Amino acid sequence: MIIAVASGKGGTGKTTVATALAQALAHADISVSCLDCDVEGPNAHIFIRPTLDHHKNVDLLIPEVDADLCNGCGKCAEVCQFHAIVVLGGQTLVFPELCHGCGSCTLVCPEKAITEVPRTLGILEGGLSPDGINFGHGLLNVGEPMAVPVITQLKSWRDYMDAEVVILDSPPGASCPVVESVRGADFVLLVTEPTPFGLHDLRQAYELTQEVDIPAGLIINRDGIGDPGVDVYCQEVGLPVLMKIPLEREIGQGIAQGKTLLEIHPEYQDAFQTLYAQIADLAANGGDR
Amino acid sequence: MKQLVILSGKGGTGKTSVAAAFAHLLSLDDAPFRTVLADADVDASNLELVLSPKIITRESFRGGLYARIDWNTCIDCGICEQVCRFDAIGDTSRPQFHRLAARRVAQSDTPSSPIPELPIVDPIACDGCAACVYQCPVDAITMHDQVVGEWFRSESRYGPLFHASLRPAQENSGKLVTLVKQQARLLALDEDYDLVLVDGPPGIGCPVISAVSGADMALIVAEPTAAGVHDMHRVLETTAHFGVQSLVCINKADIYPKGAAEIEAFCREQAVQVVGRIPFDTTVTEAMVQGQPVTLFAPDAPSSRALLEVWGQVTALLQNGVSP
Repeated sequence: MIIAVASGKGGTGKTTVATALAQALAHADISVSCLDCDVEGPNAHIFIRPTLDHHKNVDLLIPEVDADLCNGCGKCAEVCQFHAIVVLGGQTLVFPELCHGCGSCTLVCPEKAITEVPRTLGILEGGLSPDGINFGHGLLNVGEPMAVPVITQLKSWRDYMDAEVVILDSPPGASCPVVESVRGADFVLLVTEPTPFGLHDLRQAYELTQEVDIPAGLIINRDGIGDPGVDVYCQEVGLPVLMKIPLEREIGQGIAQGKTLLEIHPEYQDAFQTLYAQIADLAANGGDR
Repeated sequence: MKQLVILSGKGGTGKTSVAAAFAHLLSLDDAPFRTVLADADVDASNLELVLSPKIITRESFRGGLYARIDWNTCIDCGICEQVCRFDAIGDTSRPQFHRLAARRVAQSDTPSSPIPELPIVDPIACDGCAACVYQCPVDAITMHDQVVGEWFRSESRYGPLFHASLRPAQENSGKLVTLVKQQARLLALDEDYDLVLVDGPPGIGCPVISAVSGADMALIVAEPTAAGVHDMHRVLETTAHFGVQSLVCINKADIYPKGAAEIEAFCREQAVQVVGRIPFDTTVTEAMVQGQPVTLFAPDAPSSRALLEVWGQVTALLQNGVSP
């Protein structure tokens, strides 16, 4: 079962929830892997503390033009939708940062002058945590715009997807990196805080789950601040609220120090196991829609 | 005219609360700049929630080309599926694609059953590369664009505001960020504004790169937590990579003093100026719930006083022409 944790907005406690759920399952002897898909700012490793002893480059195959074979016909530039190839004065130039690695240029070149060479966009790191969580994350290189290929390759790395439960910590927002993270998930666990900002972004995230047709449920974090807007919205659209985590200085301070929710409050162990059972239930029913 | 972008590496650090406070302070009579505001967090545009803008112009944003296969022409040769590197084309016998096909058939003018066993494109997975279009031997595939969002010019209580909203599950947020910033800049140039204040998106990827490009200065809002320190490193590397001068302010500075000290030590080492420490203050949330900048809602709150200080330092540094 694949559970993606998403939120629309950053800083709502996605990583807090994802790591607590992973730990609770690991403590209950369920085989679990956790993949941090927020490749722009991965943080889950700080809490899960894995030994990151596996590394792998994330490469995108980009075209390289053999000037001896190229006759400057411009077919490659014509088919490139991202303006990553131009032909100037009979010379074919490649702009690697714009290339999405689709391979269209290679396919159309009549002279077979294009080969594809790897360009490194980032790196994957993975390893086992002390409590037995199979952990992995991706790091997008600084200055690199495209996060999606890093997420795609993270999700297909080694045997991470084989665990009984795979938890994906998604990036914030509701656009392409989030879609890539939640794609193929059986359930999306949304996390928000009960404020107007939280509600605004929750709407986006919930609509995204509808768009990709995956059942969803919500955890309200920092319960007690803000206003009842989020509760009202959940009732309106029928989004089940599965758990509320209160606003507590102790939790905030613990997380600031890099502790997980279960380390701060071990009594959440049961709550998260119950949560897992609820998710399994909802995912099973959602599959029939 | 200068451009100041507020960034954080991560959402939820208080970027928008800082931007809203700045917008308020910059609108006061003795403010050193006349300012145009731009919300570049098009995924989660929250600035509008505190600035009560009145929309003046509304334009749709088209983007996200995707492929579509005409089943009347398709000969089911499978080439499109082979060449697609984004796993966006699949035969309707695969469950994910079967669901798509069922929806498409139901929406068509002449709903038929059973669902034809032919390839179909998942528009959300489609990257718009059109490789399939060029490889299809019978020209059964065409590219289509769609409205994926909107952008707005508004009049906010603190001056002109440019903002946008991207529909959920859409791409091209970097392009929309560029568009919003361009519009803000054009107005600033046309009407002699001194400053474009940009509330940036989280992360370090494509929308952030769009938000940073052309900025004179970046104010990075950092949280003194184990995760926050890590995020700040990454965003500082990004601004350095693009040659944009950065300042740091620490929000919720007192929740974890050791983290705050770590941020300060790191900034000293990197010669990045720390322009303030904003204490953890529930007044900020109360102000947000009321839809007001905290500096307006409670000018004497500890957070407001700290923000006034940060604002003073940032505007002084901007005025003295830190960046040519």
